[in-house]
Amino acid sequence: MEEYTFLRQFADSWMLLALFLFFIGVVIWVFRPGSNTTYRDTASIPLRNSDKPLSPKEASDEHA
Amino acid sequence: MSRIIKLIVLGVIVLIAMMAMNYARDVAYMVHAGLVMVIAIGLFLFTASQDAAQPALDPHPETEYFDSVVRAGVIATAFWGVVGFLVGVVIAFQLAFPALNFEFLQGYGNFGRLRPLHTSAVIFAFGGNALIATSFYVVQRTSAARLWGKGLGWFVFWGYQLFIVLAATGYLMGGTQSKEYAEPEWYIDLWLTVVWVAYLAVFLGTIIKRKERHIYVANWFYLAFIVTVAMLHVVNNMTVPVSVWGSKSVIVWSGVQDAMTQWWYGHNAVGFFLTAGFLGMMYYFIPKQADRPVYSYKLSIVHFWSLIFIYIWAGPHHLHYTALPDWASTLGMVFSIILWMPSWGGMINGLMTLSGAWDKLRTDPVIRMMVISVGFYGMSTFEGPMMSIRAVNSLSHYTDWTIGHVHSGALGWNGMITFGALYFLVPVLWKRERLYSLQMVSWHFWLATIGIVLYAASMWVTGIMEGLMWREVDQYGFLVNSFADTVGAKFPMYVVRALGGVLYLTGGIIMCYNLWMTVKAAPAKDASLAAPVPAE
Repeated sequence: MEEYTFLRQFADSWMLLALFLFFIGVVIWVFRPGSNTTYRDTASIPLRNSDKPLSPKEASDEHA
Repeated sequence: MSRIIKLIVLGVIVLIAMMAMNYARDVAYMVHAGLVMVIAIGLFLFTASQDAAQPALDPHPETEYFDSVVRAGVIATAFWGVVGFLVGVVIAFQLAFPALNFEFLQGYGNFGRLRPLHTSAVIFAFGGNALIATSFYVVQRTSAARLWGKGLGWFVFWGYQLFIVLAATGYLMGGTQSKEYAEPEWYIDLWLTVVWVAYLAVFLGTIIKRKERHIYVANWFYLAFIVTVAMLHVVNNMTVPVSVWGSKSVIVWSGVQDAMTQWWYGHNAVGFFLTAGFLGMMYYFIPKQADRPVYSYKLSIVHFWSLIFIYIWAGPHHLHYTALPDWASTLGMVFSIILWMPSWGGMINGLMTLSGAWDKLRTDPVIRMMVISVGFYGMSTFEGPMMSIRAVNSLSHYTDWTIGHVHSGALGWNGMITFGALYFLVPVLWKRERLYSLQMVSWHFWLATIGIVLYAASMWVTGIMEGLMWREVDQYGFLVNSFADTVGAKFPMYVVRALGGVLYLTGGIIMCYNLWMTVKAAPAKDASLAAPVPAE
């Protein structure tokens, strides 16, 4: 098959499906159980560590 | 040892630049080779005069943020902003009063050469510096880590300034490949590629060594901006130089493929440079200034993925009624309309971050600036998809409506969010307690807002009028108006537009004065206050 035709067919079949499924997957993943707690923590990242970086010790404490 | 290698490399660059000046086939190339030579000689002498011994103190301690490069970026943003606005005002008056195209500037300093200088100065010099500076600031804070790559951040900053100077001076001397928003010639493109790879490395390196477990959403937007711009830039600038000693090059794409590649680039420059990157700013600075987390973090993730999945397809709407196949322009149109959803989702997310704190709009002019910028984002992302509809486009295309649309996005959204970020950053970066004058911020806010309203309104009127005049036919099917008729009819609106520009420029100058006085005269932050406050 000619390269253009092949790419064209691939793009509007399997690739389209793959991208669509990936996107739907992301949306479902966002609403997974327990995501509220995680996102509450992530959303507050800008409100901390304004003055200096975390030292390795502080970082490990935080994740503990 | 590394000093010797540095000196050898710089010496070789000086030699090649000299050769390039000697063999240069055009003025732009010769001047640029001279500029590179002077810079390389300067760096050579500087490096040679440096003390070979290691400095006693580590210049890049991991216990501190790398803020000097951000400070430089803030200064560069403010400087290039005023320069870009000024050139815009000049060309706006040149359009209204053609006599301002002076005979002695013919071929160098008149409208045709100044127009790309204006667009590049505001988009790449003002916007680009704002993006680089804020991304360096934000990625460090949200990763709780110092910028990766030691002094590489400085290379990104100065390398980008060199790119701006080469591009801007090149336009004046005729060094351009005549692609909208991608005018710089091949050697400048190559230099930008080198700088951009270093930028990506610095940004990604910082994310990889982050001390926070999660990557904050602002970094996702910044990263999408950096990666996509790299891809767009490389594909749209696939050129073969006519000679390595000259600036002229020829693009490898031809015909409609070239047009499509150009507007795939052009529209995604809007989507990823002026939207995704600036959304990164929105997602950090609005929560920061309002002192509360973003309204919905879930919405921000859906916003991110839908924006980048959809934006990339919207380019063909620039090519309605051309040689581009109908299916392609329909595709572009449909995706542009779908873009309404993520754009407005993002806008709602930014605005609703203030829910429960709306009183801040009354007391804090900086947050007012950020909020109106998000408002303009919503407005221009409504207008854009509407203009991409083929029937609307047949009226709006090639008219001043397009220019009005671009400016409500650029002045309203990009400009205002950048001003807000600068007002936030300067007191923090220079350790001042507060801004020099909030009243001046209010003045800036109103001057800029009224300026945009004058600009957008006059361009709507003149654009729609122009479109209607072009398509007007008499009873025999002959065109009623000549092109010159439309030009004559547009005069009053052109004057109003230029006055709007003057207001916006005045606001920018007031901002520069205010920021300057903040550094010079505002009280320094009390040392006891600088002590870290425990996170809640």
